[in-house]
Amino acid sequence: MIHHRTSAPPTTHPALATPSDLRGHLNAHLADTRRAWLGGALDEAADHPGTHGPISVWELRLAEAGRRCGTEYADAVRVLILHAARADTDALTRVYRQGTADERRAVLHALPHLVPGPDALHLVEDALRTNDTRLVAAALGPYAARHLAPHHWRHAVLKCLFTGVPVDEIADLARRAHGDTELARMLGDYADERTAAGRPVPEDLYRVLALTAPPPADENGLDGKET
Amino acid sequence: MRIFDPHIHMTSRTTDDYEAMHEAGVRAVVEPAFWLGQPRTSPASFIDYFDSLLGWEPFRAAQYGIAHHCALALNPKEANDPHCTPVLDHLPRYLLKDQVVAVGEIGYDSMTPAEDLALEHQLQLAADHGLPALVHTPHRDKLAGLRRTLDAVRASALPVERVLLDHLNETTVKEAKDSGSWLGFSVYPDTKMDEERMVAVIKTFGPEKVLVNSAADWGRSDPLKTRRVGDALLAAGFDEDDVDLVLWRNPVAFYGLSGRLSLDVTATDATHEGNSILRGGE
Repeated sequence: MIHHRTSAPPTTHPALATPSDLRGHLNAHLADTRRAWLGGALDEAADHPGTHGPISVWELRLAEAGRRCGTEYADAVRVLILHAARADTDALTRVYRQGTADERRAVLHALPHLVPGPDALHLVEDALRTNDTRLVAAALGPYAARHLAPHHWRHAVLKCLFTGVPVDEIADLARRAHGDTELARMLGDYADERTAAGRPVPEDLYRVLALTAPPPADENGLDGKET
Repeated sequence: MRIFDPHIHMTSRTTDDYEAMHEAGVRAVVEPAFWLGQPRTSPASFIDYFDSLLGWEPFRAAQYGIAHHCALALNPKEANDPHCTPVLDHLPRYLLKDQVVAVGEIGYDSMTPAEDLALEHQLQLAADHGLPALVHTPHRDKLAGLRRTLDAVRASALPVERVLLDHLNETTVKEAKDSGSWLGFSVYPDTKMDEERMVAVIKTFGPEKVLVNSAADWGRSDPLKTRRVGDALLAAGFDEDDVDLVLWRNPVAFYGLSGRLSLDVTATDATHEGNSILRGGE
């Protein structure tokens, strides 16, 4: 339901793979005309990263990436264009605000490649306020894992359970969930609420709940299956 | 029966409609930007609307296995309101987007000088962006409106073969067909066209370049009118290929002129437990 990437090898995920790996993957899969278009777009973005007139040339390329390279490659292509243009937080914010849902998703995937600190968290928080599961999933990549504050992060996990985003989409889930007693309480309350309503509890909830458990102090190995 | 509704305002419709449409055979829609019933007071309101047509609405449609594209424009009615016309300055960046397959709805409402300007300007934008145009023909003074519309198109940089003239009826179809444009018909419960008249028009003028839409919106309208027309055509002796031409291949050909039509919607299950349309917890 999110997109087909969940079943693809992790090295091609636009937020997790390095830009050079993404480029290699695209070069290996795009037809000649599409590969040539990508090469031109990346050179252009590298040579003219600034705004000339009302809109920079790489932003035009970003908008048309889907029809130029095929929708299945659009995320990776857009991440590479943003990377080639060395888009900073201001540029990423502009592109996100003026973008379609697809372009917004690409900006979220590009954050870990382009923004070292927490300056772009407002974009993650914006995406997490939506109910578009493609955006919610993209918001919870490595950038959110690194920078999103605990309260927001816990609500994002819960939102995944509410909206059917597989928790496998959440980057660094095990590390962030580990020992999080507040998250455990929220999950338990949600399970109670579902049970009281006679509704099934999502399988993913129990998986995350298990991750929140601290390792047994001196009984390591007895039930520490998720650590 | 596979159906492409080339003009429907899904923003104003419910998920029940999406479900019923899919059940009836609808697999693709184009949602043109239009008037919301309540007049807008600034370009900012258009921007939120356009963003929704490029974000939330295609997401909703995909939940029901329906490919959603849009046409963007300043609509004829609000072309007369100086609070709204500045949205024309924002259109160029929107017309670049992958899911925009036409400029529309443009055209005439009351045939004012302000509407002339907006129509000319937006026909040029369509030509500049390699997009076809969905042109609404007026409800009042219809034949005069059609002629004035054709004059504006002929004076523009956009070839008439890249124009879909919409809301046609018995009084306007002949001149529209003679112009070489694509021919759009809106089928409504009370006004515009109905199923039987639609069948009669296709009997007389043929199915070539004919597109049938429900134009369903917030008013009394029915998103299944496309299917009803398909059934009426079959009952009147047209074969399945004729119906497929009118309800699928013609809209695909017209919006395909944009080079941006992508009909492979990510398969989703409307009853998927995690459907975020449910907002969770339900």
